[in-house]
Amino acid sequence: MEQFAPVKRSKDGQPVRYLIVDDSVFARKNLARMIETFGGQVAAEAGDGLTAISEFDRTHPDIVLMDITMPQMEGIEAAERIVQQHPEARIVMVSSVGYQENIVAALQRGARHFVQKPVKPEVLYEVIKYVLGEDGAVANAAGAGA
Amino acid sequence: MKMELIQPFINAADAVLSQGLQGTTQVSNLTMEEDAYRRKGVAGMVALSGDIEGRIILDLEPQTAVRVASHYAGAELPESDALVKETIFELANQVVGNAISALNDQGFHFRVHPPLLLTAAEGDKTSEDVEALMICFETAMGQIFMNVALRYNRKRLSDHAAVGA
Repeated sequence: MEQFAPVKRSKDGQPVRYLIVDDSVFARKNLARMIETFGGQVAAEAGDGLTAISEFDRTHPDIVLMDITMPQMEGIEAAERIVQQHPEARIVMVSSVGYQENIVAALQRGARHFVQKPVKPEVLYEVIKYVLGEDGAVANAAGAGA
Repeated sequence: MKMELIQPFINAADAVLSQGLQGTTQVSNLTMEEDAYRRKGVAGMVALSGDIEGRIILDLEPQTAVRVASHYAGAELPESDALVKETIFELANQVVGNAISALNDQGFHFRVHPPLLLTAAEGDKTSEDVEALMICFETAMGQIFMNVALRYNRKRLSDHAAVGA
């Protein structure tokens, strides 16, 4: 997999910490591998919206990557609940269902961005940098590809 | 079954498979299936309800499924690994998700149900109003079969038309 210039937290230079939420183990592993290539760290994983809320409270990640269609509680509702409790939360919806209604609903309920599956690493990388804004910094890495 | 319903699924499968498998895919065969569905190997089924109802099955022979899952995992997986099944489920999800995104933007509304593992060797026979189309994709990892059986939900569509009138 392509290697990217590491994105670090600008406040302390530490790796960006992610919460990955998807009911598919395959999708979680795939995203975790991408995050590694961005120099990030997986703080926690969750397989449904309810677990995502408790994992967010427990780990306070810098970014949440959230699927939409999941059992128990869908991603848009989980995103809304997290943002109600933590307005600073940065949630990126990652779903194969990318029609306009869904995207608008997610953004209206607190998500910061939307990435359609299958996820292209270079697209997710740019979205992460955009969502982090000044709180993220691209570190110099010898030989880093992107 | 109208081609306008099928084409988004073919386009989505082509996009998802060619990106994920990092190679070109080609539709080698397209046939109407009138008999009961016969599973080929590892098969994930995604059901749809709403303006269009039915189901999509993504089906791979066991060795092809292992090759595809190993490619995604970046390591050789044994046939028994749960990740093989998970990979096929997620691919089916991505194909259906991308296709219904295109159809939704044309005004059709759906609900996608979570993928199910098809375990029976033989499925239900299609009926007169739910024809099934089998599409075979040739990929570098082997053949990938997609069986699409959909029909318009006439009541839902006429309700929309009445509201829109």
